[in-house]
Amino acid sequence: MADARKPEPAGLIDVEGMLRRALAPVEPPDDLALRLDETLTSVTDLVAEELEAWELAAVRDPRRWVDALARPAVAAAVGTGAGAALVALRVHQGRSKRLKSARDPLAYVEQTARAVADETRRVLDR
Amino acid sequence: MDKLTLDREFTELYRAHLKDVYSYAYYRVGNHHDAEDLTEQTFLQAYRHFERAMAESDGRPLRPWLIRIAHNLAANLYRDRSRKPQTPIDDTQHLRTVHTTEDLVEGRDELARILEGVQQLPDDRREALIMRFALGMDNREIARAMGRTDGATKVLIHRAIKQLETIVAEQGVPA
Repeated sequence: MADARKPEPAGLIDVEGMLRRALAPVEPPDDLALRLDETLTSVTDLVAEELEAWELAAVRDPRRWVDALARPAVAAAVGTGAGAALVALRVHQGRSKRLKSARDPLAYVEQTARAVADETRRVLDR
Repeated sequence: MDKLTLDREFTELYRAHLKDVYSYAYYRVGNHHDAEDLTEQTFLQAYRHFERAMAESDGRPLRPWLIRIAHNLAANLYRDRSRKPQTPIDDTQHLRTVHTTEDLVEGRDELARILEGVQQLPDDRREALIMRFALGMDNREIARAMGRTDGATKVLIHRAIKQLETIVAEQGVPA
């Protein structure tokens, strides 16, 4: 049998009380905080990885030796504060695009190095 | 500000407001899976801009800024998917997740009615109510999170409650 209902006078309804009871704060799952910690840590770690890749590409290509010599200064600049995370995030966002377009692993490393350089420049220009 | 201090401040911020951001995300997207994603994205985005936000906050609380980030990300999510939430808050699951057995025995019908009513509100009214009742934000905080004036926010919340009152009254009570 259908649930027959009759309208209720609006003035008699304690909507605010009902809202307080219905919209109770929701506890986040236990593992969410842990995962967030790990994500934020890995964002910072990513900078180190990408810079290592950059160094590798520079060593294999003599034309990039000058860049390699300049690297420590840039690494120091992006390795501090939110700048490091920003560079890492932006470089990470373009990762799949670079993987698709790279002909071989070395080309990928070089493209990644270029992306780090570009993003670093942008961050330093802010 | 040096990196160590910045990271410490950010850790404090995220520990203090993880539950707020998650609650907002959950009531906004209607399911735990998307709420977790949205929460994670919110804090990543916040981390990227934290230094500037600290500098510009002038000592004011950063909760409205966090909720605004979550609000913008949720809007992008819907735009990208070109849809409203696929699963509006599932009353059964929601009630089981958020409320105690005692609550449910006493007011299951009432809670289901109000949640159904909240889902029928326009987006801005629904959001304002979530911020007020799920997060306990005052008018000023809600205004900052929604990019409105305090006055406009007060009117928005008043109208949201009035509209909800009408919806719930029309739903009626069991005869």
